[in-house]
Amino acid sequence: MAILANKKVIAIGDRDGVPGPAIEEVVKTAGGEVVFSSTECFV
Amino acid sequence: MNSVIKSVAYTLTHAPDLVIQAGTTQSTERIVNPDGEYLKALPGALRSFEDAVNYPPNQAYIGGMTPQQLAEIPMPWYENGAESDRFGKFGEIMPQEELYLLMQICDCFDLVLLEAEYSEKAAKLTESHPLFSAEIAARIKPGVELEVIKNEVESNGAEGLYHGGKLVGCVKKAHSIDVNLNAHVILENLVSKATSVISMLHLVKNSGIDPAVVDCVIDCSEEAVGDMNQRGGGNLAKASAEIAGLTGVTGYDLRAFCAAPVHAIITAAALVKSGTFKNVVVTGGGSTAKLGMNAKDHVKKGLPVLEDVLGGFAVLISENDGINPEILSEYVGWHTVGSGSSPQAVITALVTDPLDKMGLKITDIDKFSPEMHNPDVTKPAGAGDVPESNFKMIGALAVKRGEMERAQLPEFVKKHGMVGFAPTQGHIPSGIPYLGFGREDMLSGSITRAMFVGKGSLFLGRMTNLFDGASFVVEKNSGVGDTGSISEEQVRSLIAETLRDFAKSLGGE
Repeated sequence: MAILANKKVIAIGDRDGVPGPAIEEVVKTAGGEVVFSSTECFV
Repeated sequence: MNSVIKSVAYTLTHAPDLVIQAGTTQSTERIVNPDGEYLKALPGALRSFEDAVNYPPNQAYIGGMTPQQLAEIPMPWYENGAESDRFGKFGEIMPQEELYLLMQICDCFDLVLLEAEYSEKAAKLTESHPLFSAEIAARIKPGVELEVIKNEVESNGAEGLYHGGKLVGCVKKAHSIDVNLNAHVILENLVSKATSVISMLHLVKNSGIDPAVVDCVIDCSEEAVGDMNQRGGGNLAKASAEIAGLTGVTGYDLRAFCAAPVHAIITAAALVKSGTFKNVVVTGGGSTAKLGMNAKDHVKKGLPVLEDVLGGFAVLISENDGINPEILSEYVGWHTVGSGSSPQAVITALVTDPLDKMGLKITDIDKFSPEMHNPDVTKPAGAGDVPESNFKMIGALAVKRGEMERAQLPEFVKKHGMVGFAPTQGHIPSGIPYLGFGREDMLSGSITRAMFVGKGSLFLGRMTNLFDGASFVVEKNSGVGDTGSISEEQVRSLIAETLRDFAKSLGGE
């Protein structure tokens, strides 16, 4: 978890996997800062 | 009474030159990396029409083989095709020449020009086509000199139409400055219209319905038809119905990203059940933008370009005839604003919430049809096996709810799921591909009910971060139609069922 502490993070979520907002929450909990987040559809 | 799935049609259209011309992966590459290796290698990786016809998932889509038969063919499927017919029991795989001609047939504003010799050759091809009636063929316009086409493309903003890399026609812009009527948009919309038309023509043939008794058409494809004052004004539904000869219909377009077909069928079923209409057609044509969507990965790995077909489908939803499978309109699934977007939250909203209302378990659904993307396409591109992921998530919820043991999960995926066989055309794989086989499985009695699940990526439009989805259940007909009368066969079946129940109750005592 410490690997994300005080890091700036770009989160790209997957429609059929883990969506962007969920990744954002994980990053915030781990002490990181989300500078951009979106969910994309890869199919 | 519930409405029924009366008939289904599926079509594919092979469009290799449109992969290069109109696929967004390729148009993006032309902007960001015009001299790159990918664009140079792409033409050599395109498949022939014969290869597209022989490709096993394409055959499954048009009803040339069942999903079960497809599952028995070893992957990669592109290496294991066998000689096949372009026509299947649900529809056909149309070659590019016929598509260009059909686009011209669908063009009401003289925007599609075809070179004279090419046009003549394509018109000859359609002479043997069972659905190109004299009335439709009469809409074919005379061909023009190649110089005229070249001038339109080079000087007037027209989009070229190519065959084997050679210029054979063009689509002209429909307005001098309106971006919503430029040649690119008109090309996309005409392709969607043409592939919807061919799907509806097959539906009329498959169902045997008199086109005059169809009341309404709902188009659920992906394009926005309109002008600078109303970009998504519509109406592809009526525009396509006009060419397909459905002269008595009203109609409209329903858009909901990839979930649109499921939303449209729910809407059509409700319109018929309420008595507003007796016969509603839901139709969806293909998307040029998605052609070759994953082709960069395919070409890099030495695969052929597998996303070279446009998808299309049409479904006839009618009053309950006591025979065809029923759409259970009162138990549809909705992804609401507050549902959440985690995979578990989505499946709960779409699958388990409606089942809870029905008092059914996940395992009471014989077959699930969620996103039915062909894994031959998605796996090499790193997107995994989409249908399998969906079946695993549904099965995992069944385990969590105590409806089966964890060890039963692999068997659940096999028994309640199926291999993906739909082209990656967005709305096309979204639940709908199994409707044809599902209807047949329920008519034959091999299954009782199936659930169809569509998902939509609303966040792509940048208006919300929300997800979307909807689902409906189709069940074997209970045997009593809207007319109130039942057939002799149905009476026999009801008596047999009653006697069986009576015998069981005696045995129990």
